[in-house]
Amino acid sequence: MSPVFWILATLTIAGALAAVLLKNTVHCALALTVAFAGLALLFLELGAQFAGFAQILVYIGAVAILVVFAILLTRGSETPKDGVFSHTWLAGLATAAAVFAVLAWAVLGNAKALPNQAAMPSVSVHDIGIALVGRYVLPLEIIAVLLTSAMIGAVIVAMHDKEGAK
Amino acid sequence: MTPLTGFLLVAALLFSIGLAGALTRRNAILVLIGIELMLNAANLNLIAFWRYGPHPERLTGMMFAIFSIAVAAAEAAVGLGLVIQLHRHAHTTDLDAINRMKG
Repeated sequence: MSPVFWILATLTIAGALAAVLLKNTVHCALALTVAFAGLALLFLELGAQFAGFAQILVYIGAVAILVVFAILLTRGSETPKDGVFSHTWLAGLATAAAVFAVLAWAVLGNAKALPNQAAMPSVSVHDIGIALVGRYVLPLEIIAVLLTSAMIGAVIVAMHDKEGAK
Repeated sequence: MTPLTGFLLVAALLFSIGLAGALTRRNAILVLIGIELMLNAANLNLIAFWRYGPHPERLTGMMFAIFSIAVAAAEAAVGLGLVIQLHRHAHTTDLDAINRMKG
């Protein structure tokens, strides 16, 4: 395990914890951006340059901005008086802890069976492009249709209806 | 501890943090943030298995991660649109206060 991995893992986990725990919603969105950036750097550390830069473009560039917009449009930055956590928070925390315990048990219990190739794979963007329009062309087309319909759907859902407007 | 184990443990921790956020926060946007964290943890698993798996040149894990990022972007757009409409309708994003499907 390299020190770079530990630094990036700490950054990502700290960002995720802050995103979940902070009281101010805008601060949560900023902490979420830190977690996304840490994940993008982890992808780069794993040699997946294309996925890392796609992560930066899509998550930091688009999703984080969308979240900030939604917070400001819904006046969610005002901290509610009776706390930010649901009254069933204990059950939620217990569920999450149980899920982590099961996942960690499964990973650590099968550590010997996991693959461990030492050689860093060298994959260029050219290879990814060839694969996208060759072997993976059908998923690519489905994703294109999905993104188009999601965009239209999001606009329709968030659109003002003139009759019901007060 | 092999490198892959470390990445898988980080992804598991990230997934659990996201799950805890989605289950315990009251603001609907924070629930969406938790779901995004869970999707990202899955992506980290896919990339880590691609890196340490036996056939990285086939790009399977990488392609899964790229498509998953695209699906997550679509999910975020629709989810946040729904939250904005919910706020317009119920004048709150507090999920404890929204307890009727009829509106």
